[in-house]
Amino acid sequence: MMKRAKALFLGLLRPSSLLLAGSVSAESVTRQLNMPRGVTEVSQAAYDIHMIMIWICTVIGVLVLGFMFYVMFAHRKSKGVTAANFHENLVVEVLWTVIPALILIVMAVPATTALLKVYDTENPDIDIKVTGYQWKWQYEYIGEGVKFMSELRTSQDEIYGRAPKGEHYLREVTQPLVIPTNKKVRFLITGNDVIHSWWVPDFGVKRDAVPGLFTAAWAKTDQPGTYVGECTELCGLGHAFMPVVVEVKEEAEYEAWLAGKKEEAAIYASTIGKQWTFDELMVKGEQVYGRSCAGCHQVNGEGITGVFPALKDSPIALGPAEGHIAILIDGVAGSAMQSFAEQLSEVEIAAVVHYERNAWGNDVGDIVQPINVLNFKQSQ
Amino acid sequence: MSRTSTHGGLLIKLLMGAVAMFAFAIFVLPPLYDLFCEVTGIGGKTGGAYTASEITIDTSRKVEVQFVATNNATIPWDFYPTEHKVFVHPGESREITFFARNKTSNDMVAQAIPNVLPNNAADYFHKTECFCFNNQPLGAGEQAELAVVFVLDPDLPVSVNAVTLSYTLFDITDRIPMQVSQIQ
Amino acid sequence: MAHGPSQNFFSRWLFSTNHKDIGTLYLWFSFAMFLLGGFFAMVIRAELFQPGMQLIKPEFFVQMTTMHGLVMVFGAIMPAFVGLANWMIPMMIGAPDMALPRMNNLSFWILPFAFTILTSTLFMEGGGPNFGWTFYAPLSTTYAPDTVNYFIFGVHMMGASSIMGSINIIATVMNMRAPGMTYMKMPLFVWTWVITAFLLVAVMPVLAGAVTMMLMDINFGTSFFDAAGGGDPVLFQHVFWFFGHPEVYIIILPAFGVVSQIIPTFSRKPLFGYSSMVYATASIAFLSFIVWAHHMFTVGMPIAGELYFMYATMLIAVPTGVKVFNWITTMYKGALTFETPMLFSIAFVILFTFGGFTGMMLSIAAADTQYHDTYFVVAHFHYVMVAGAVFSGTAAVYYWLPKWCGRMYDETMGKVQFWIAFIAFNITFMPQHFLGLAGMPRRYSDYGLQFTDWNMVSSIGAFLYGGAQLLFLYNVIRTIGWGKPIDDPQVWEGAEGLEWTVPTPAPFHTFSTPPVVK
Repeated sequence: MMKRAKALFLGLLRPSSLLLAGSVSAESVTRQLNMPRGVTEVSQAAYDIHMIMIWICTVIGVLVLGFMFYVMFAHRKSKGVTAANFHENLVVEVLWTVIPALILIVMAVPATTALLKVYDTENPDIDIKVTGYQWKWQYEYIGEGVKFMSELRTSQDEIYGRAPKGEHYLREVTQPLVIPTNKKVRFLITGNDVIHSWWVPDFGVKRDAVPGLFTAAWAKTDQPGTYVGECTELCGLGHAFMPVVVEVKEEAEYEAWLAGKKEEAAIYASTIGKQWTFDELMVKGEQVYGRSCAGCHQVNGEGITGVFPALKDSPIALGPAEGHIAILIDGVAGSAMQSFAEQLSEVEIAAVVHYERNAWGNDVGDIVQPINVLNFKQSQ
Repeated sequence: MSRTSTHGGLLIKLLMGAVAMFAFAIFVLPPLYDLFCEVTGIGGKTGGAYTASEITIDTSRKVEVQFVATNNATIPWDFYPTEHKVFVHPGESREITFFARNKTSNDMVAQAIPNVLPNNAADYFHKTECFCFNNQPLGAGEQAELAVVFVLDPDLPVSVNAVTLSYTLFDITDRIPMQVSQIQ
Repeated sequence: MAHGPSQNFFSRWLFSTNHKDIGTLYLWFSFAMFLLGGFFAMVIRAELFQPGMQLIKPEFFVQMTTMHGLVMVFGAIMPAFVGLANWMIPMMIGAPDMALPRMNNLSFWILPFAFTILTSTLFMEGGGPNFGWTFYAPLSTTYAPDTVNYFIFGVHMMGASSIMGSINIIATVMNMRAPGMTYMKMPLFVWTWVITAFLLVAVMPVLAGAVTMMLMDINFGTSFFDAAGGGDPVLFQHVFWFFGHPEVYIIILPAFGVVSQIIPTFSRKPLFGYSSMVYATASIAFLSFIVWAHHMFTVGMPIAGELYFMYATMLIAVPTGVKVFNWITTMYKGALTFETPMLFSIAFVILFTFGGFTGMMLSIAAADTQYHDTYFVVAHFHYVMVAGAVFSGTAAVYYWLPKWCGRMYDETMGKVQFWIAFIAFNITFMPQHFLGLAGMPRRYSDYGLQFTDWNMVSSIGAFLYGGAQLLFLYNVIRTIGWGKPIDDPQVWEGAEGLEWTVPTPAPFHTFSTPPVVK
């Protein structure tokens, strides 16, 4: 108890002092009591003004309440005092109006300077669009063609107590935002559905993500590391489950990461993201069919009566594309038709489904794009 | 009793006050807020169509103008600027386009809402033509190039050397069923 | 004209036009709502006892935080002070009753219906309101459950109730003061209430306007708050906080009034700086209209706006400081005793001062970037609202209960309740400052492991604090039924004012002939 109280006291004054005693372990994170100093100019400014305010309030509080405790002790009826009868004193009243006003005027100076830093969003090196979704974040590196979703990685089992909670419980995402050191990064923040708020305490950045509105915030730091933040505007039931994770990497590392992302994006754009033409899909589809399907359903699509169903004139191949895709992804239970979801890529599934619907006299005529397959997978 | 009538008078005055505040909230605050936004550039609201007057082109500096597109509530359209950014002289009129394609098999109507960053540039960002002035109907599978013609005011503060113009695209099909039937 | 209460239970309470009976109704209603809102808080704290979702689902959790806020603000605190006003204002200014007794009945009886509707949404399909007591659009419009229409109806009803109640108070104070009771002789409780009533008449219609615009956006295709149709979600926040900030002072000003009655009594010395108290209250009320956007520092206002709202907010510290200094100076050189009402009032001064300090910290926009919407804010407003409104409300009940029912409460039990409440309150809310600074946002149904310790402490404190309220309920019932009878009109040695000149217990009708105030 004493230890906790001491930690509490020290923590209020100097959070870093806690780290001096022992190693920087999860334990010391647990005991964080004060605002983090953070790693950017803005967060430092917020921290400094916060500490100034704490000290001013502490001094005033000790004086005022100390005086009250003295009065409570000294002027109690049980000590046999008689109550005085004064009820005004102009000088005192003017003083305790003017002095706080003066203190406020003095405090307004650092408060203004700090706020100017928050708003200094001019001349960024990198622009990143941050969009709040129910309940995830999307990051878009403007002009780089790189964008991705960042979702909570903690499993429902951990949340509902069916599995032990990991060390990074609710502080882990599928893909963190990555930014380089020593570059001024400007965040353009907006919302997709309801209002969210993007907060990274160590950057001193908290901005509401309002649908239809863009606002800007910025960060620049020289300290690589992983910084965790939260959504801070109530956005529905998943509000607590959309953390922000930012990785700050050395510039070279960042460039390599970005190049990798661009490559991924290029592959995506040339395959899943690409709008395939009817004939391109037929060519691709025929190859895939020959490799993966013809063994059972036969090259001519007529199958083997009683063993493998025909695809030619099949109600599935002629029916809605959704149902057709579903067969390939889910398979047919209790039959030789297995799931191809893992074996074939989205592009391959789209191509083969397209081929089956438009070959051997089947003439549905629609185009099944890889994106349709991806959407189907994601909707499951 | 005279007292009752004093109460009555006061009651009526106070009720009228309450009604006035109610009306104030609904009829005065929203337009006042819009006006305030336009004057101060809150939210980067840029105002309506601009009729170009005599503007001299300030060739002494170039300003970077960057374009950003966002789909609200994941409206299933492709929507992106055809150029990522351009450099213009203040006073110079420039046309750029956004590509839009309705990926669904339904006719839809969308509305784009513009924003300009930084806020203090909003007042100096003039659009002489913009697809955001009207709603955008697109039939199933249709696509279009949507044009914006803009001029940066030469009075744009010198400290601003980059401006971001962003559009958020909203699905408003349900709001105007009339328009949808017109496409069909 | 009847000279006593109706003997028939239903006609006495349902059709009552007597200010004391209606005051009693308000007080019991508000206590029932306090327990209901407290129950919601217990659900919240039980779920937050440890990380992970143990007891309820996240969607129910957000309904609980929303309902806790709504019920406590509109159902518990505001009606409690209206109840005190009903009981005390006529007796303090020497009036026989409220100015508009039938409207008084109506304004009370609307409330149970409003809250029945509001609470019943919890059992409807789609669940209760789940968008926080601040109900920001578009979460409360486009993305709201269908029950939002009931919520809007409920808010309209309680708004109408508050406006009628306020008009009644203003009319009573302006027209029915006893001869010689000039404005500057009125007890401070009356003063703070008149100012509060004007605030209510000014801003409750704005809230009604906000929900009306929501209603139209949801059901009639307008787009006040919908960017798609040219509206702006941020406009909602401006309208809401234009109501919401004065609302905060609506809650705290009557509390100032109560404490300004109690501290002089137990100091046996007149209130220090009466007129500066009046002016300070009026300036706080005025400032409340021009600082609303300090609730929106992270929304992305232009810097000029942020600076203005920051400076204006900092100014509030001046009149608030004056009040604290006045209370302490009232105690200075008095002859202090520490009965339960005095203990609660002193705790009010300490805790309110603390909440005031965190309020000043919050006003600094750059630091607010870090505080905003975290548990630091939760801790701040519970220090001013619970320690402010609930502590002073409790003090008021202990202070005036002997006058109301002619029986003395159990002093020991009162003191025990005070110490449990005071300690438990701090165990509950002090750690929330640390949670907020360390990075835990408010309205979170679940949290990372690093926040576990303080959440546990806070939950334990909350259960204890809840227990203290049951002790309070027991003490009040025991007093009314079995307390030691007293008949001294004065009740408290140092009490001053007209309400202490009428017999104890206060008869059904008082001041049928107005007293003359010298």
